[in-house]
Amino acid sequence: MSTLLTLSRRELLKAGGALVVTFSFSNWRPEHVWAQTPIGKPLDKPLDPADVDSFIAIHADGTATIYSGKVDVGTGLRIAVAQMAAEELGMPAARITVIDGDTGICPDQGGTGGSTGLTRGGAEIRQAAASARQALLALSATRLNRPASDLTIADGEVRPLSGGAGVTVGDLIGDRRFSVKVDAKAPLRSPAQYNVVGKPLLRPDVPAKTAARHPYVHDVKVPGMLHARVVRPPSVGATLTAVDDSSLKGIPDARAVRLGNFLAVVAKGEWAAVKGSSALKATWSEVPRLPGSAGLDRWARDGAIDRDQSVVNKGDVRGALQGASKMLSASYFWPMQSHASLGPSCSVADVKADGTTTVWSASQGTHGLRNNLARVFGLPAEKVRVIFAEGSGSYGTNGSDHVAADAVLLSKTLGQPVRVQWSRQDELAWDPKGPQQLLDLRAGLDASGRIVAWDNQMWLPMQMPGARALLAAEAAGLQQENGRNAGLLSQNGDPPYAADAVSVVVHSLKESPLPISNLRAPGKIANVFAVESFTDEIAYAIGSDPVAFRLSRLTDPRAVEVIGRATERIGWQARVSPNPQAKQGSLLVGRGMAYARYKQAENYVAIAMDVAVDPATGGIAVRRIVCAHDCGLIVNPDALRNQVEGCIVQTLSRALHEETTFDRSRVTSVDWGSYPVLTFPEAPAMDVILIDRPDQPLLGAGEAATAPVAAALANAVFDATGARLRTAPFTHARVRAALAASTRRA
Amino acid sequence: MPTYRFRLNGKPVSVDSWDPDQPLLYVLRDALDLHGPKFGCGLGQCGACTVHVDGAPIRSCTTPVSRVSDRTVMTLEGTGSLDSPDKVQAAFIAEQAAQCGYCTNGMIMATRALLARTPRPTLDQARQALAGHICRCGTHTRILRAVMRAAQA
Repeated sequence: MSTLLTLSRRELLKAGGALVVTFSFSNWRPEHVWAQTPIGKPLDKPLDPADVDSFIAIHADGTATIYSGKVDVGTGLRIAVAQMAAEELGMPAARITVIDGDTGICPDQGGTGGSTGLTRGGAEIRQAAASARQALLALSATRLNRPASDLTIADGEVRPLSGGAGVTVGDLIGDRRFSVKVDAKAPLRSPAQYNVVGKPLLRPDVPAKTAARHPYVHDVKVPGMLHARVVRPPSVGATLTAVDDSSLKGIPDARAVRLGNFLAVVAKGEWAAVKGSSALKATWSEVPRLPGSAGLDRWARDGAIDRDQSVVNKGDVRGALQGASKMLSASYFWPMQSHASLGPSCSVADVKADGTTTVWSASQGTHGLRNNLARVFGLPAEKVRVIFAEGSGSYGTNGSDHVAADAVLLSKTLGQPVRVQWSRQDELAWDPKGPQQLLDLRAGLDASGRIVAWDNQMWLPMQMPGARALLAAEAAGLQQENGRNAGLLSQNGDPPYAADAVSVVVHSLKESPLPISNLRAPGKIANVFAVESFTDEIAYAIGSDPVAFRLSRLTDPRAVEVIGRATERIGWQARVSPNPQAKQGSLLVGRGMAYARYKQAENYVAIAMDVAVDPATGGIAVRRIVCAHDCGLIVNPDALRNQVEGCIVQTLSRALHEETTFDRSRVTSVDWGSYPVLTFPEAPAMDVILIDRPDQPLLGAGEAATAPVAAALANAVFDATGARLRTAPFTHARVRAALAASTRRA
Repeated sequence: MPTYRFRLNGKPVSVDSWDPDQPLLYVLRDALDLHGPKFGCGLGQCGACTVHVDGAPIRSCTTPVSRVSDRTVMTLEGTGSLDSPDKVQAAFIAEQAAQCGYCTNGMIMATRALLARTPRPTLDQARQALAGHICRCGTHTRILRAVMRAAQA
């Protein structure tokens, strides 16, 4: 049986479900956070970030719950936030459970991105915990009849410093409200007193992840839930002209749902939805409208410009270039790339007839998603609850927001809860991409090798305010904002080294080949690739060792230290590239390094690596990587190290292999064969040096170590071969071409 | 509707499927409520869905349910538990060898298979054993350390 359901937009906005849904927690850890907040019951909890109770609940048994608006996408945010709160509250981190990203119970702290999970999210929670500490001290002063100045909190108990009986925090406040505001002046514990922050406490999610007990969004099951697969158009912008639902014959309980150009197959069983979506015969009208990824650098250079914007402007670059005794120039290009989540995006939505809506989503911005879904689908925002459930790593805005919209559209249309699971092809073809970046760099040097001028022209897609368009809403013809936002793309375009005149200009392209979003360390990976490759090109041009060149143009001791530590650990020998003793059997070996201060204001990171290049194949083997990383105060060194290692390996993958390819009609890199990522045989030996600075503010670490990777790699390949790689990814073919073009043939 | 019988994590099970080509993955996740094996690609390319059939690791996303009739299937749930992790799980916990953890199922099942045939693998053998498994978060270094730790346990 199959029925084709077609609704007009008007009907769609009226449609809604009538099913009363309760959420089943069978099979999941009973203590898991979702069980504490039954779906469908009114939630009586403060959400205003001005209230301590919005963030913290202390229970009668002495445990505590922290409500975080920022989410943990496998990054260790939960343990780090628990440590920061535990330190202020005076209780062990093990007694704290962190609930993240549930818009029904967690305050809106903004989306999780830009490495702000701890610097903003954690810091707000820390201040709430410090405020709670003052409230606990005041309460116990009354209870114990002691001055607050004679009291301290340790191990979950308020104790008189002068001795005598104390009182546990559970006894003091257990399951009652603090009813106090967050006090921005509540004193924070001094780092010298820390005994929780700085410890490598184990992440609570890892054991569950090894034992199939960690709940992912993909695992959510709601009674009466239907499974759906969206049938995407065969090419970008195609129009649906006909659907032959008889093609679903024989697939149990499967039916096609069509809303304008939105087409999905819905079934009771997941496999029926999968099979139905490939069996369904649909006719589309296609117009090729993409530029094609081959030659995308030229497309960007020739593209229509919305405006030029000067983002760094120091001194007279033009004049200094004219007066320079030596002038260098080079162009660099970074391709469009996918977030390429290992598990394709998934969401469950339950839209009831009265507009009450529950969405389970792995979005990194659940509050923003809630507001956007409410706006686009005509739902009252106060009745929409987006519950964060971890997905596969997202590294920015992958397909999660889109799949949530797919699920809401279908649930609203059908009046039943719907689970939508994207396919591998959906994720790689339709996740919003990290944009392509083209950079032209010029430098002028005086006779002594001093940088007198630095000019960086970058071509970036124009950004526009508003929420990004949701694919489902676009296909169904719903009105929505058509924002374009991919993060702060232009940072780190200026050199961190002494230069007399510096100019960075952004040429904002009117068009983007494909929809874009923030992809880990937006813009910075390509910018530092260009800046730090070019730095090595300058060092080479004046016959200088790349490390000595950098150190002589840096004064910040933290910068000097990371470069010193990384290069010392890898055994850097001062000399000019290329390596005079590169030949090692049939291979060419070399070393390279790069440095960045993230966003020119945050972490200091230096990366050095040893590589071997096979000139016959063009293959690059990264043999060893050393990273020195300074992010100020370290909250959890092991969780930090995990993030830094992940930053490096993932960026190696992006630099070596990854490019979203497309022809005039469609994305063609749609599986792990056409969009390859780094494999285990390629994984380098890695040595991460963490520099802890308890006297310095903590900085986020989910992105910074990505920035110098590609340049360190390109510099190492130059050292090994004398061939300069200026276009990523560094595929075998590109390396062979660069070798052929270089004067120093292997 | 045809019924398929096999042993799952030590117990006999029977499941009905309208389609003999239905991949084992959907049977395990949807009908049998096991969430260890994950959907990653449906193409046998990433390894997230790995389970053991008669002791050998297979991709459950491309293995039809009809092909496991009368055979023995083990999923991650059939290894150690949260309270009592086996040596591979314990090694992954000790090394904190996960970020998002979506690939962890496949990594652990592949490691078990490796150690069953090569109890003391070299690091290179460990790399090769995981060559068909994708980790997108970049926890490769830790996962390899966990494999070597499990081999020593």
